[in-house]
Amino acid sequence: MVEPVPPPLRLTITAVARDPRVRALRTAGEHIGIDVPDGLGVSDVIHVSGDLSDADRDRLTGLLVDPLLQVGSWETPIDHGVEVTPLPGVTDSEAAAVLVAAERLGVPVRAAVTGRRITFATDTPEDDARRFIERVVANPVVETWVFGAATPSLDPVADTRHRAERIPMTALDEAGLAALSTERGLALDPAELVVIRDHFAGMGREPTDAELETLAQTWSEHCAHKTFRAVIETGDGDREPLLRQLRDCTDSIDAPFVRSAFVGNAGVVEYTPGTTIALKAETHNHPSAIEPFGGANTGVGGVIRDVLGIAHRPIAVTDILCFGPADQPLSAIPEGSLHPLRIAEGVVDGVADYGNKIGLPTVAGAVLYDPAYTTNPLVFAGCIGTAENWAEHDGPHAGDRVVVLGGRTGRDGIRGATFSSATMDATTGEVAGASVQIGDPITEKLLIDALVGAEDLFSAITDCGAGGLSSAVGEMAEGVGADVDLALVPLKYAGLEPWEIWLSEAQERMVIAVPPGSVEAMRHRCDRFGVEFSDIGAFTGDGRLVVRCAEDVVVDLDTGFLHDGRPQRRLPAHLPNPDRTPVTRRVDDTSATLLDLLAHPNLRSRAEIIHRYDHEIRGTTVVRPLTGVERDAPADGVVLAEPRDAHGIAIGIGVNPWHGLVDPEWMGWSVVDEAVRNVVAVGADPSRISLLDNFSFGDPRRRSTMGDLVASVDGCTAAAAAFSAPFVSGKDSLNNEYTASDGSRHAVPPTLVITAVAHMPDVEAVVTPRLRTPGDALVLLGRTAPEFAGSHLDMVRPHDGPIGCAPSPDLEAPARYRALHAAMLDGEVAACHDLSEGGLAVAAAEMCIAGRLGAYVERPEGVDATTWWFAESMGRLLVEVPQSDLGSFLKRFDGDAEVVGTVTDEARLRLGDVEVDLDALVAAHTGGR
Amino acid sequence: MRPPAVVITGPGTNRDPDVALALELAGADPDIRLAGELAGDRGALTGAALVVVAGGFSYGDALGAGRLLALDLTVGLGDGLREAVERGVPVIGICNGFQVLTRAGLLPGSLGHNSGGSFVCDWVELEPVPDSRSVWTSGLVDTVHCPIAHGEGRYVHPDPDALQANGGVALRYASENPNGSVNDIAGVCDETGLVLGLMPHPENHVLTRQHPVLDADESRRHLGLALFEAGVRHAVGA
Repeated sequence: MVEPVPPPLRLTITAVARDPRVRALRTAGEHIGIDVPDGLGVSDVIHVSGDLSDADRDRLTGLLVDPLLQVGSWETPIDHGVEVTPLPGVTDSEAAAVLVAAERLGVPVRAAVTGRRITFATDTPEDDARRFIERVVANPVVETWVFGAATPSLDPVADTRHRAERIPMTALDEAGLAALSTERGLALDPAELVVIRDHFAGMGREPTDAELETLAQTWSEHCAHKTFRAVIETGDGDREPLLRQLRDCTDSIDAPFVRSAFVGNAGVVEYTPGTTIALKAETHNHPSAIEPFGGANTGVGGVIRDVLGIAHRPIAVTDILCFGPADQPLSAIPEGSLHPLRIAEGVVDGVADYGNKIGLPTVAGAVLYDPAYTTNPLVFAGCIGTAENWAEHDGPHAGDRVVVLGGRTGRDGIRGATFSSATMDATTGEVAGASVQIGDPITEKLLIDALVGAEDLFSAITDCGAGGLSSAVGEMAEGVGADVDLALVPLKYAGLEPWEIWLSEAQERMVIAVPPGSVEAMRHRCDRFGVEFSDIGAFTGDGRLVVRCAEDVVVDLDTGFLHDGRPQRRLPAHLPNPDRTPVTRRVDDTSATLLDLLAHPNLRSRAEIIHRYDHEIRGTTVVRPLTGVERDAPADGVVLAEPRDAHGIAIGIGVNPWHGLVDPEWMGWSVVDEAVRNVVAVGADPSRISLLDNFSFGDPRRRSTMGDLVASVDGCTAAAAAFSAPFVSGKDSLNNEYTASDGSRHAVPPTLVITAVAHMPDVEAVVTPRLRTPGDALVLLGRTAPEFAGSHLDMVRPHDGPIGCAPSPDLEAPARYRALHAAMLDGEVAACHDLSEGGLAVAAAEMCIAGRLGAYVERPEGVDATTWWFAESMGRLLVEVPQSDLGSFLKRFDGDAEVVGTVTDEARLRLGDVEVDLDALVAAHTGGR
Repeated sequence: MRPPAVVITGPGTNRDPDVALALELAGADPDIRLAGELAGDRGALTGAALVVVAGGFSYGDALGAGRLLALDLTVGLGDGLREAVERGVPVIGICNGFQVLTRAGLLPGSLGHNSGGSFVCDWVELEPVPDSRSVWTSGLVDTVHCPIAHGEGRYVHPDPDALQANGGVALRYASENPNGSVNDIAGVCDETGLVLGLMPHPENHVLTRQHPVLDADESRRHLGLALFEAGVRHAVGA
């Protein structure tokens, strides 16, 4: 017997003043060269069902429409427009809020769906409107749209509980296995498929769909890091797996402050007794290419959960973004890819939305532009957390309950781990639709509220990331075993297959192991903070992973096979052999070259992006990403300190894919040096630095790509050892490739992002690039050589002939940084800036911009001018030193420091006999020229 | 004795620890409370000497910034907040708290999307308006420097000149207007002067080192802490 359902109603809400979304859409359209329809307008539409009286409608109007800002109408509009609504099953948090609010008001709303109405002038050709909507407004992965008025279904989907399906596999030959892997998108290689087939043949049964999917996720590149765990065949003998090399490097440094490295969700270090710091950085590349906002949004959400998953309170977020050049015509963008501007816009919005709403400062980062990132944008998101008296959980123990906390499970993000382990092509956006995840930062904020401070109530914790419950519960159950019932997992909507529940990557979920005696206390705490708590089973002690869906057993696997059954992969590598002969350049227009460098997309001011991130919340930000008297100059590192602490931490980033293209080994060294240099430049202690490594490379099955990866690990481990800065966590994202319709493959350049997190002994004594006092000396630390390969000079002044070498490792740098730090502690340093892209000229210019002061920098006799001003040699810093301290300052460096100029009160920078006005520097850097 | 200050939060409020620190440094005794729990504990509000509605994204801005938390403070708390004001308790709503207080009808006007179209985080300078009735800006001479971090901070009012003539404008942007607020209005108070709403975050400039540009001596003159100290002064009747 079905009750009669009253017809749905709709409330259209329109801003009385111009809606800022109109301008945003217009700009987005103009950015990518689309004709923007005239008379563009945006309204919100709320569809509700329920038996509503006129008074009910009035109350809803009163709640939802602000009379000073909006008008609301319950009429179906007849103007010219389209309506966009979420696809069934996609998170609609606004609709959920309508239900909550209506209940508070006593209005009997049964179901709700929200959407947007885009209106245009009546004479807009339908094709123009369609093109605008498809290219700029709606995202087909998560939304649907219609001309006129949308009538989304408000009916609940009938709950049909499915059963696990058996997949005939044991009789398949290798060709049959390969076909099965392709058909189900398993992304397993032939050797792995054989092992799985034989495992089930040995048990005398066929695997279920859920078992096969569980193995595919657990053994995916994304989860198992098969490449980093592979034995490397170099043609000159085997080499240890890369992950082993990184771990060995950390072990050999043996830093006393490392509490946990390469174990669990994040690295943990302890710079001051009793306070630990958890660090992690992740990539979210493939999802961000398809759905930039959602991809970046959930990338941030995921890495915050990593820190929460090691029982630390998240305190800050970082982001490093790599995009294609913004100035490409739409016609140049390969099929299936979004325009870089749309990607950049969506990614920045996605990062901002998550960080701002969850209440964490987004502080450190970098933005890089290169044509190779057009089809393969990269999004690195990092998170830092702290804990007082860190609860190192030793569970789960047999008998503990398996508890899922937070968001509900839906069909979002199915097979994300296998998806991100594959390369992309023109069809990826269509077939990977379900892989896109939708973020809900408020749900995650509530998880933080509920979990931080409750560490005594659980014995183990992990986040639900790639692979969903299969990965979270599967990893926790390793060795101990678990028995869970998927029918107890709360769902966003009905109709999910058991394997979909098990594999879903729905966001904002954590799994904890709760001893039976603490279940009620934990449940109560979650209720209090509005976090959904679901007890779905127990850790058993028998070493088996058993997953049921009501009476049906859908997975029954030995956790030993799940985690250790994967065959060891062997990967051949062809190591690069770069030319390392220095070759100089000749630039005659020093002044114009400097301005072109300052205005280059990779160097110019990031103010537009940074101001969209809340980098002030928590009141802990002492050095911001923008610095200087007008807050428009780049900082080297950022500094955070809890308001009541005298000490803090500095965060620095090193990344340079252009050096990576030329010489991956030296790039590995240079990015470690850069990250270290950035934190030392603000005043961090060079003997207390921890590093994160994030590798985004192409397909490692190509020997040269694997060789680049091996070389870059050689470089970064050598540098880490030289600086005594241990790696504590890392993540690799491989297969960042796009296959064009002509079959050609396009990989990202070797992109290694190093994040340095260091101890700041005294946050009142931070140093920034801001010039302070005319008359002070400018001292250059480090040596300069004609190392131009991969330089930004070559980007603004293209060079013919042999490119020469990339910047070479500087073995003196560690001692130099220690001496600099000692000088800082003694108050001898007024300002300091690292030399990187664009070399000395750019560094001096940025210091002038920061201080709104002038400077005179001379060129020593006999030194090649182009090399002196623009080379990007490693290990160098430009330091402002008061004349009174100059003698003692120089003595510290034993000839490794050179007075090269002075701070002036002129409104210009003088580089030898070349002069550039300060206004011109500012204009070039901030986009005003 | 430190006057008790209740910091009201909803799910998604995120600057409550920041404002609790500011209250503590200003001499109050802050207690962070969920609005949903205050409904069943009216005594907590009755005993408060100051009330703060903290900033953040309560309920994720669903249905418009502040709307659902305003519902908690009206349908949920009934007349609790109004009664506190009638007893003479200073109330401040910051950022999302300001949005909440306008939606709840405790402050005039409303807050729309920033005229620039997007969320903005930057530092601003706030000039205390001399003829304002607000107890929170009473005695302030120097400008207050502090960050903003909001997407919906454009203050609108049907008659802003009348509001000002009435002493209802407490703070004005002295630096560039960051969001298109009418008459550069950054903070407004109610007719009693007890209730203040503002978009900027004075609670994030309570230590000199938090200032992005100024050295300690100069930073000290422009602390956002001054607002909280004025609120506490009023609460203790000093």
